[in-house]
Amino acid sequence: MTDLKAKLGLNVFKPLPAPHIRIRAGMERDPRLRAAVRACPAGLYAEGADGVFTLTIDGCLECGTCRIACGTAVLDWGYPEGGAGVQFRFG
Amino acid sequence: MEKFDVIVVGAGLAGLAAAWTLAGEGVEAVVLERGDYPGSKNLSGGRLYLNPVRDLFPGLWDEAPLERAIVREGATLMARNRSFSFHYTGSELRAEKPQSHSILRSKFDRWFAERVEERGGMILAKTLVTDLVRENGRVCGVVAGGDELRADVVVACDGVLSLLPEKAGLRAPSRPHDYAVGVKEVIRLDPAVINDRFGVADGEGAAHLYAGDITKGLFGGGFLYTNRDSVSLGLVVAIEDVAKEEAAGDIPALFESFKARPEIEPLIRGGQTVEYGAHVIPEGGYRSLSRLCGDGILAAGDSAGFALNLGFTVRGMEYALASGHHAAKAVIEAKKAGRYDAATLSVYRKFLEDSFVLQDFKTFQETPRVLSNPHLFGHYPELIGNLMRDLYTVPAGPKSPIFTTLRRHLTLSRLWTILKDAKEVTKI
Repeated sequence: MTDLKAKLGLNVFKPLPAPHIRIRAGMERDPRLRAAVRACPAGLYAEGADGVFTLTIDGCLECGTCRIACGTAVLDWGYPEGGAGVQFRFG
Repeated sequence: MEKFDVIVVGAGLAGLAAAWTLAGEGVEAVVLERGDYPGSKNLSGGRLYLNPVRDLFPGLWDEAPLERAIVREGATLMARNRSFSFHYTGSELRAEKPQSHSILRSKFDRWFAERVEERGGMILAKTLVTDLVRENGRVCGVVAGGDELRADVVVACDGVLSLLPEKAGLRAPSRPHDYAVGVKEVIRLDPAVINDRFGVADGEGAAHLYAGDITKGLFGGGFLYTNRDSVSLGLVVAIEDVAKEEAAGDIPALFESFKARPEIEPLIRGGQTVEYGAHVIPEGGYRSLSRLCGDGILAAGDSAGFALNLGFTVRGMEYALASGHHAAKAVIEAKKAGRYDAATLSVYRKFLEDSFVLQDFKTFQETPRVLSNPHLFGHYPELIGNLMRDLYTVPAGPKSPIFTTLRRHLTLSRLWTILKDAKEVTKI
């Protein structure tokens, strides 16, 4: 299995009532976000041709790599509320 | 308002170890866990060394859901187009009480949580802790689901991001330099196929580590552990390294290239991936540990920074178990004294200094720096790979003398490099 989206589809995710990680307002072009594009294991960060970074939260593995790679000056970072998000069956 | 003796944040190995120990002494403890059930947010490479922790948890291990006892060790240096491997096995690995086992955390932690509840510990799942409650500078509870829950002392076992110790001022925000990210697939295979492919019997397993071109020169490596009816295949890369602009490839792409290597593909052929997960790993060693306690708070497990990469062995879970246990012992001492200030709780550090935990971290304090030598992830795998190629190749024409082949690869300048690196290796 090589397709990342299909691979993430194997995991159990409970619905997220709201995104638990957000790019802070006004920081969408901050170059520090490029680290997350490379390091996010779920490939959830992207850089558009216009230099604007986007984050799609569905499929988040809650590992925290982006928090460490980019810092909390550019990311408003939290865990999902209790019982939401990824639920590892094997771990 | 709810008031407990002890609040443990996080039902991972550290938190459950703390709660198990507290419950055994009749101390009222509640574990707050954000997952659907204990284990559901927890992920490890998957190997637990039992020797250092067996006696801390008497009676726990006989029925534990361990996957396979590791009886075969192995490592591979990966060059771009070739690799060099070795295997090790020994009678001590097949001893009646094996030294290590593969485990799957979601299964193991869920089972461990049930044992905690049997002893009278309380576990509240689906409960996210978002903040600490402080009065006069001391921690006296947590905020969970918008409610304040009070306790004499909080044991922060909230995982590698260490959000609560950061809020308590026990540590600075995490630096990319001190952490790696690990990704892993659990790939289901028939147990008989695993036995045949890895040369083991029922209940026995293999562990294999990989370093070199798979991380494209970045700090890190791969691992494979056999479980009962699956293998855990993973790749670990330093966050600071992969974040660099010039790094070759992102994490998902590096992992797929690793899986496609001719050394790996036959091992997982026909297997079915059943889960893909990721976890951050502390790599900073002794120098990047948290302060271990403050007024009304202790930190244990990943949250304190207790993971250690020694190259041949990569360890975290037994440090989590032992630190959780010793944090609980410190809480019991504090309860006897009726005081939960930092000075009273600092007996925790003494317990850890008397145990393998801080002794190991001190012994191996130079290891993270020495192992971050980029030669280990590019230069040496290529050098050894090319040397092996020339030793094994039979050309169409005459073959060079062995010594000529050796000298062609081990030039004076390379020997000088090896000597310099070897001098560093004396520090690990």
